[in-house]
Amino acid sequence: MIFADVMFFIAAIGAITGAVGVISMRNPFYSVLALIVHLVCLAALFMLLRAEFVAAAQVVVYAGAVMVLYLFVVAYVGGGEMTPSGPVLRVLGPLFALGLAVELCIAMLGSALKGVSGHGHPYVLGFGTPKHIGTLFLTSYLFPFELASILLMVAAVGAIVLARRRRGLEGGREGEELEVRTPRPVWTGTMAEAAGVRLGPSEQTGPVSVGGPGSRAGSTGETAGAGSRSGGGAGRRGGGW
Amino acid sequence: MAIGWYLAVSAIVFCIGAGGVLTRRNPLVLLLCLELMLNGANLALVAFARMWGGEDGQIFALIVMVVAACEVTIGLGLIVAIYRRQLPVDVDELGELQG
Repeated sequence: MIFADVMFFIAAIGAITGAVGVISMRNPFYSVLALIVHLVCLAALFMLLRAEFVAAAQVVVYAGAVMVLYLFVVAYVGGGEMTPSGPVLRVLGPLFALGLAVELCIAMLGSALKGVSGHGHPYVLGFGTPKHIGTLFLTSYLFPFELASILLMVAAVGAIVLARRRRGLEGGREGEELEVRTPRPVWTGTMAEAAGVRLGPSEQTGPVSVGGPGSRAGSTGETAGAGSRSGGGAGRRGGGW
Repeated sequence: MAIGWYLAVSAIVFCIGAGGVLTRRNPLVLLLCLELMLNGANLALVAFARMWGGEDGQIFALIVMVVAACEVTIGLGLIVAIYRRQLPVDVDELGELQG
């Protein structure tokens, strides 16, 4: 028990030190490194709480994968030296955090939960193992599990869309791209016109229902192509976001 | 160790994260402080799971980790896009989200 207490204090002090380091380092690179220390210490706390799988996921996913992503982005953007925030927030921010801490302490001390001062439920063999977690995920919590997978996929696609390189955004040559090309007449230059299935817009009388399904598909594709071509100049200039 | 100690650590970490969100201006550090707050909440969830002897709190903590990973992905993508457009990487300057 003594060993567990000593481990708790080491891990808790490490976690709080890491957290303070995150917000006090001026260089974001060092902030990320401090957060890695904080996460590893938190994983030790999870181990003390007999949450083995959560601790392993914390180290592998958070400290391993997410923080590497952070480090790459910090290295790419380059942590520019920040000017400190405005005078109002500089005073009010720590004050608000202190008030929040006091409030949370009052809530914890005045809590009617008797278990808070105890050592927790008696340990059952297999508590917190991957087997139990996996069983819960695939039985009681199947819907959140699937929802999490969908969320991860949406986030991955969103990140790719957000961070991809866009043509026409870099460089200040926006004036050149303002030229708007007029589209040619809709049916000219297509196979449909050559085959005589489609008439030109001047000769066309009825709605577009002359040919079979194959030519219809061609015609709609051609319309979409002409539309995007006409909007191409403006689209390239204002596109992106 | 009593469960209350773990809750105290989680409250302290959460408050440090909240203070960092309010005082820092670099969006990268802001995301890190959000991570701190989520981790404080995670620690409380796992501590309560230990207190009740059920694993549901750990499931919740794992879901929170998934959501945090998604948030980080999108946030870093936004920061990279802001950097590419040569806008200032500073949350006070980026007051409005106009394309």
